[in-house]
Amino acid sequence: MSYRNTRDFDKPIEEIERKINELRERSQDSKQENQKGQEDNGEDYSAEIEKLEARAAKLTADIYANLTPWQVTLVARHPERPYTLDHIENITTDFIELHGDRLFKDDPAIVGGMGRIGDRSIIILGQQKGRNTKERFYRNYGMPHPEGYRKALRLMQMAERFNMPIVTFIDTPGAAPDIEAEERGQSEAIARNLLEMSQLRVPIVTVVIGEGGSGGALAIGVADKVMIFEFSTYSVISPEGCAAILWKDGAKAETAAKALKVNADELIRLGVVDSIIKEPLGGAHRDPKASSKNLKEAIITALDELTAIDTDKLVEARYNKFRKIGVFAGDEA
Amino acid sequence: MAWFKKNLFKKDMFKNASDEKKSVKVPHGMWVKCNHCNEIIYKKEVERNLEVCPKCNYHFRISSKKRVEIIVDEGSFVELNADLEAVDALEFKDIKKYKDRLKDAHKKKCGKDAILTGSGLIGGTKVMLGVFEFAFMGGSMGSVVGEKITRIMEVALAERVPVIIFTASGGARMQEGILSLMQMAKTSAAIARLRRAGVPFISVLTDPTTGGVTASFAMLGDLILAEPKALIGFAGPRVIQETIKQKLPEGFQRSEFLLEHGMLDMIVERKRMKETISMLVSHFA
Repeated sequence: MSYRNTRDFDKPIEEIERKINELRERSQDSKQENQKGQEDNGEDYSAEIEKLEARAAKLTADIYANLTPWQVTLVARHPERPYTLDHIENITTDFIELHGDRLFKDDPAIVGGMGRIGDRSIIILGQQKGRNTKERFYRNYGMPHPEGYRKALRLMQMAERFNMPIVTFIDTPGAAPDIEAEERGQSEAIARNLLEMSQLRVPIVTVVIGEGGSGGALAIGVADKVMIFEFSTYSVISPEGCAAILWKDGAKAETAAKALKVNADELIRLGVVDSIIKEPLGGAHRDPKASSKNLKEAIITALDELTAIDTDKLVEARYNKFRKIGVFAGDEA
Repeated sequence: MAWFKKNLFKKDMFKNASDEKKSVKVPHGMWVKCNHCNEIIYKKEVERNLEVCPKCNYHFRISSKKRVEIIVDEGSFVELNADLEAVDALEFKDIKKYKDRLKDAHKKKCGKDAILTGSGLIGGTKVMLGVFEFAFMGGSMGSVVGEKITRIMEVALAERVPVIIFTASGGARMQEGILSLMQMAKTSAAIARLRRAGVPFISVLTDPTTGGVTASFAMLGDLILAEPKALIGFAGPRVIQETIKQKLPEGFQRSEFLLEHGMLDMIVERKRMKETISMLVSHFA
């Protein structure tokens, strides 16, 4: 299965950006020459640069308004996209990472801890991907092992004991497909999180910040409010996995991404996601700080709303939220 | 030359033997090949043995109807929500349309979706029962399966009767995309309510139980039983093998492997299943 990650659609934008940089360098050079006291007036490129910038912005807006589901998948997997720890750093104060499931080991593919957002202390956690080869390996590409889900559950149950709201970030291709994960019962670990999260007596907010892949994603996603970044995806299986099984050809991932309806607007239509968080022009990776800012606002608004709800009603509403998901026919009643 | 040294004779014998083997015509439907030991067995004998291979004790996959026959007291089963039917909410098409896959599945006359649910008596005790139908799109869980499971759990909660589910499933139904994934949360949340109320849930895993079914209600039984040698796991063995590029250990992801790793309460043979469940349920009563 080939892992295609070329973002051809970004090329025209990158082309203009390259030109802009070139002009900037040139005007920098000519300014320096002027300072040397030469008669020749340095050429002024600022008007040209402005024009190009406007063109780049328009082009980016056009391209990103019309991304195919597969292209969105590629943006969601962008290697420079802000990950869980980036967002945590940008949106919380006094964050302290906590480790371990108290049963087997610490899973670096799920990180979590205590922090403050606005004036609230919260438990915040999510899957963590790596940025370079070494980190990616260390984080197992954001694919948790059972101890990751169990650490998440430990932290969430602690949040319940101390009446702290829970915020989770989903960013994983899926659960770890290996022998150890099966031996240590990843099915049980995922299932238990689904069960326990459905009953936790504190508000839970989940945001899909990148890839939401299968049970590995849902294991930290049974929340009162589920939000998703504009160019994130959430799916029962990765497009590659689906293509390999149904088309018997992993290269059909592009077609599978379309069929699976992995995009934010489709997820809203299907009643799986409550709201979409806007990304900066051209995706979160172009301006991580701005995307974190949007995220923070959305989380605070959600927490304001949820903390005002009576606990029994909150838990009841969470049950009903998932209870009604599904489409079928043939009911007489 | 002694007669037994004559090559020609030997060769002929061999030839005859193989010819004879080839010429044996297996009357269609009278014999079955065991998936596990590859023995050819007389079908009637397998049927008499509750669809279990008499040579190696492999438990064949059985229809939901047959399962109900084996498990509940005769004539006590009342089906519920039989008419719930899948809807193609995603307008999904792979090499075939989901709608056509559903049509093909309906032609098999094995029910309207991949689970049969209802109530029945086991050894005189009322239970809510769910039985997966593997013949219907590999027992995959979409909206209908999730809904039917949740409904029997809600009835069980209201009437305070045990829930028993026999799984046989490849996991979430890809053709219903994210809606299938969410059935995992829905069914697991329903079990959380049973637990709070002290209503027992017995999960019985049969060959095969994988993917999103395993990683939700199937592994959440107060008791988890399995039939011998059933494949049970989250990621399928083929996917794992392709990912790690190593040979998988002998018996990996089989019932016996899970029992050894502490994931099951017990392995129960099909012929002892009814009496075992009956006894277990009596302890909860």
